[in-house]
Amino acid sequence: MGAFGVLSAVVRRDLLVALRRKSEVLTSLFFFVIVASLFPLGIGSEMDLLRKIAPGVLWVAALLAAMLSLNRLFANDYADGTLEQMALSPVPLGLLVTGKILAHWLVAGLPLVLIAPMLGLQYDLSSRALMVLVISLLLGTPLLSLIGAIGAALTLGVRGGGVLLSLLTLPLYIPALIFGAGAVEADISGLGAAGHLSLLAALLTLAVFFAPWATTAALKIALE
Amino acid sequence: MQRHRLYATMLTATDIACVRGDRRLFSGLGFTLEAGAWIYLTGENGSGKTSLLRILVGLSPAEAGEIRWDGVAIGRLGDEYRRVVTYLGHHNALKEELTARENLSSGAALAGVNLDIARADAILAEVGLAGREELSVRFLSQGQKRRVALARLLWSESPLWILDEPFVALDAAAVLWLAGTLANHLAAGGMAILTSHQEVLIAGSIMQTLRLAA
Repeated sequence: MGAFGVLSAVVRRDLLVALRRKSEVLTSLFFFVIVASLFPLGIGSEMDLLRKIAPGVLWVAALLAAMLSLNRLFANDYADGTLEQMALSPVPLGLLVTGKILAHWLVAGLPLVLIAPMLGLQYDLSSRALMVLVISLLLGTPLLSLIGAIGAALTLGVRGGGVLLSLLTLPLYIPALIFGAGAVEADISGLGAAGHLSLLAALLTLAVFFAPWATTAALKIALE
Repeated sequence: MQRHRLYATMLTATDIACVRGDRRLFSGLGFTLEAGAWIYLTGENGSGKTSLLRILVGLSPAEAGEIRWDGVAIGRLGDEYRRVVTYLGHHNALKEELTARENLSSGAALAGVNLDIARADAILAEVGLAGREELSVRFLSQGQKRRVALARLLWSESPLWILDEPFVALDAAAVLWLAGTLANHLAAGGMAILTSHQEVLIAGSIMQTLRLAA
């Protein structure tokens, strides 16, 4: 089996497990939908205000929703011994971890990207701004999964790991939030989103290379 | 079935020490394991059997001492050593949501081995789970789950099997099956290290007993 075959087997397996545990998958999506819908209801129909807060609110909601499922990323595999087998596999652990992060994004990140334009409508965003929102989330949510994986690996097996996980990852999410929300904001104010999006893409590229490596190192320590 | 190269492969451990918390579990432990032989690791609860096995597979570092495979330290072999070892721990490494067949083939895929459906079903039939291939593992009994976990021995091509309490939860027939599988493995030039609280008989094999004092 080549590297790609192993990678797709890991993704398929995690997706299959997620598909049969639907409640867990839907939790982060519902959280995103509800939080993003509560703001317009609470603030009322002041379109100018809604347009102004939309990028920040939608991005923070997406960020928290993506974080909601992070502690499950490795916890189940750790508890049932699968992670042990992964670490002992002749296939490099980094490759298996990359597959797991990819599966996490497909389950917890991609649905947020797809539903975001619908939620953006409640904030009276223009179709251009909605498109920028989708692109920023498309670049940003994998970044959240990658950074989150490092945190999830570091807090694996720690009591009260959930709180620690959010304390650890939220500060690291700040750049993604600034450039993600900034892109939409810049587009609304007519400055053009290209700069912010390029920076977001640069961060993503960096994370694709370094996050699996750091996650692997943290997992090996957790397994000792 | 020529599964393993029959030249002299050897696992040597010298002066292994293990510390858990502030307690020294054992020290100065050493052995040599040659092709076709197996080690029966015994000791009371808490004497460090599992810790030793985890050190031997390379999951945890030893406090002191060295483990060599064919004369090369296992830390330096890396992936190459992981290819020669199959480890089965206390946990079955099964996903409750997946079927027995899916668990078997995805477990193999994690190790880079491609199992097609026919092969997976044949292996499941051999461990006595024919007709339960598509049943979610959640609905299997403890012993049946253990059988699915042990099924990895049938696709594994590694010469060294390190098994932690492989006989737990197995019924008499499954115990006989596992002893037979181990006997075949050893006869083909394989090696095994296993812990058990019950007497293990493997026909026609060279056994060493290693007792850890509490």
